Amino acid sequence: MNVTVVGGGPAGLYLAILLRKANPTVDVRVLERNAPDATFGWGVVFSEETLGALRDADLETYVAITDTFARWDRLEIRYRNRVLRSRGHSFSAIARRRLLEILQQRCRALGARLDFGHEIETVPTDADLVVAADGVNSVVRRASERDFGTKVEPEGCKYVWFGTPLVFDAFTFIFRETEYGLFHVHAYPFDDRTSTFIVECPESTWRAAGLDELDEEESLAFCERLFARDLEGRELLSNRSIWLSFPKVTNDTWHRARVVLMGDAAHTAHFSIGSGTKLAMEDAIALRDAFVRRAWDVDSALVDYELERQPVVERTQQAASESAAYFARVRSYTRLAPIQFAFNLLTRSGRISHASLAVRDPAFTRTLDSWLAATSARVAPPPAFAAFTLRGLELDNRIVARADEEAVSGAGLVLSGFVAVSPAGRITRETPTIEEWMPRMRPVLLQLSHAGPRGACLPRGLGADLPLPDGWELVAASPLAYGPFSAVPRELDVDGMAAVRDEFVTGARRATELGVDVLELDFGHGYLLASFISPLRNQRSDEYGSERLRFPLEVLDAVRRAWEGPLSVRLSITDWARGGLSIDDGVAVARVLVEHGCDVVHAVAGQTIHDDRPEYRRGFLTALSDRVRTEARIPILVGGHLTTLDDVSTIVGSGRADLCILDLPSADVEQEVAAAPDSPARQVAHT
Amino acid sequence: MNIGVGLPTTTPGADGGLVVEWAQRADAGPFSSLAVLDRFAYESLEPFTALAAAAGVTARVRLATMIAVAPLRPAALLAKEAASLHALSRGRLTLGLAIGARIEDYEAAGVEHRGRGRRFSEQLAYFRGRVDEERVGPSRQGIELLVGGASGPAFARMARYSDGYAHGGGPPRAFAGAAQRAEAAWRDFDRPGRPRLWGQGYFALGDTERGNAYLRDYYAFTGPFAERVVTANLTSPRAVRDFIRGYEEAGCDELVLFPTVSDAAELDRLAEALAG
Repeated sequence: MNVTVVGGGPAGLYLAILLRKANPTVDVRVLERNAPDATFGWGVVFSEETLGALRDADLETYVAITDTFARWDRLEIRYRNRVLRSRGHSFSAIARRRLLEILQQRCRALGARLDFGHEIETVPTDADLVVAADGVNSVVRRASERDFGTKVEPEGCKYVWFGTPLVFDAFTFIFRETEYGLFHVHAYPFDDRTSTFIVECPESTWRAAGLDELDEEESLAFCERLFARDLEGRELLSNRSIWLSFPKVTNDTWHRARVVLMGDAAHTAHFSIGSGTKLAMEDAIALRDAFVRRAWDVDSALVDYELERQPVVERTQQAASESAAYFARVRSYTRLAPIQFAFNLLTRSGRISHASLAVRDPAFTRTLDSWLAATSARVAPPPAFAAFTLRGLELDNRIVARADEEAVSGAGLVLSGFVAVSPAGRITRETPTIEEWMPRMRPVLLQLSHAGPRGACLPRGLGADLPLPDGWELVAASPLAYGPFSAVPRELDVDGMAAVRDEFVTGARRATELGVDVLELDFGHGYLLASFISPLRNQRSDEYGSERLRFPLEVLDAVRRAWEGPLSVRLSITDWARGGLSIDDGVAVARVLVEHGCDVVHAVAGQTIHDDRPEYRRGFLTALSDRVRTEARIPILVGGHLTTLDDVSTIVGSGRADLCILDLPSADVEQEVAAAPDSPARQVAHT
Repeated sequence: MNIGVGLPTTTPGADGGLVVEWAQRADAGPFSSLAVLDRFAYESLEPFTALAAAAGVTARVRLATMIAVAPLRPAALLAKEAASLHALSRGRLTLGLAIGARIEDYEAAGVEHRGRGRRFSEQLAYFRGRVDEERVGPSRQGIELLVGGASGPAFARMARYSDGYAHGGGPPRAFAGAAQRAEAAWRDFDRPGRPRLWGQGYFALGDTERGNAYLRDYYAFTGPFAERVVTANLTSPRAVRDFIRGYEEAGCDELVLFPTVSDAAELDRLAEALAG
């Protein structure tokens, strides 16, 4: 068998090593367009986990690589004249040039042919297998991008990759506010003389600073001046260092006939989680393993390789994209206290949680916990159990339970579920009205609502939005039926609006009598008040159409006057539908709610129209909650299928929400077992 | 977790004799359900017709579609077929519905492919909601309704109109991810309790090459994905048991194992694998 590897980077060279080692009869040729010592980029990072895989795959390269490693386990965040440190992150880095030298040497020793200065224009046809390891702009991939289903899209900030002779002693994030916006740096040492120093900023900041018009030398000088203090007077080193946008590469399939993609040619992951080289070398290991497992049958080996790697790579790419998006909007987090800002940064891609950080770095989570509990005590509960004050109401913890949960004792707040202001505002005949409703648990949040166009339905046990055959008249902002077979609602006129507003006020007074702890007005999920807010549901020609928030705010203002306690508004942050409210619109609405005396926003999304496009998964509302909390600066209650206390601690600790609805799955840890008649336990019980 | 078995209605050589024999043996065996696939433009038996044949020779097992491509049939006809099957089987129907993955099925059935999601929602609303439409009997009450699909709107439809989720197949980890999405959607629609979760897989415990060849042909429309399905085919008792354990841990309520070879001896082999 003969293999042509196009591209002599870490992916291609490592594959050549592993193939030759596994089977010396395989002829391996590596084509590299550059000279052996030409390289771009400074240092590359590996985690402990990757090192383990490298050690198992080829001990010689592992030993050579780890000999020249810079290792550290600290992460440092420089933010607002503070330095925050976190330990236990175990990373290693190596100069890319040194890594390539080691791999080239090992290739030669194992008899792989290295052909430098060899630029290809067409895909080689004289091999049993062609490996495209020629990077993000892969010539081989580009020859059949349609077959591979290639997508290349920019993500994250503008960035530029420098070196510096300053040796940092930790993985260092630097944030520097300027008149143009926020700049930030990812810096880490990779040998005993040099560090990588990547500068990033959003494109708008980059343009405002005029960096789009500076040449390589001028922009280097700009960055040196901006970070002079952190560089301790040392210079930045350029290596074709120009500002770039990061291209996210994905491919639907990684092989076609006898051509296979690996490394950056197949997939890229934003550098802010430092996984590019790791993924490339793991690809090489997986491909070698697949060949061994499939007895060097090319077709089945390539299927195996893709099957094994694609899900792993997709998860890493997802985390990398979340990290890239985090850094693109990081300026909005700069109002967070330093310790929370740091925890938010550490948990940005969902790979570190409060519980996992507590294992790596207990001092860090203890500091966070104490800060959140507003205590100087050295021992504080984790964020899920931190107390919270809402307009004078003290809640024991951040956990919110639904009233229908079998056991909700222990939660800081219990949700009432939908309670209608009037019989006409019910969803089903079984929906309680405020006249009938009684709180079962305390402290309780009363969700006061009017179903509007979603009223008069069969019980939710059968399904949602199934109209009753003999329902009652529906009302809405405009006469638009909600779903298939739903009745067309009557457009609410001014008198009708006044009546509904008065029902909410009466409901609020009743809530006071009942000793309700938190009152919530429902502006979400396409019910009556939500039908006024969305352009998809409100087509009125009067002032309640031109100012879609007008009626919901009249209700809010009237209730605010009648209710003195904490007031929540349940709001669909986005309609998840074309032409509907975007997240930006939702943030804008939340800002107005704050001005009108709302104390907490209960963030939900969608259900404004019947045919929306939701995205369900665990924590599907967390990103929305984060945006509203950060940008509208208001406490947030959020659900979105959070199933563990660690979810709650991570979200609350990182400032993405203040109160979390916990959906506990049923526990089957302990089971009663009937004692056998002759068992000793039984005998004891009888005596 | 219950274990069901597929009825051979899409495998080459599946005929009336085999379907009836298979159904009888499955009813006597350790399986809780008998399920069918739905493929229009293919050499295969129509799902409701095949289940009706099975209903006549079984008394115990549930009869399930995993899934039927709903928009190929008018809403009222679909409701009538399902209700009739439910009556014929004396209340044993589990109706799994989805929009399917093949444009060819729509073309062959002469049904518009565009707008299939919206039409499917209407069908579900009709099926569940228009119970007062008494001209189209028998009663649909008590039919367990499942919805499949992998998109956000599919999960929303499932949570809004049905009793649970019909997964399309894959490793246990993929099922676990889908189950979480189903539960998230269920909560979002304030449905009481939790959704029923059905999973599926393929097996070939005798002539595995024949089974793999069938899967390659059946999934040819997916291009390179076909090989993945072949790789996942359960071809040893141990693979079957590992798969079952994985699904059970992922919270599956009913796992249906579909045959890839038209051979009644496959049922015995599967029963042995379960017992071992």
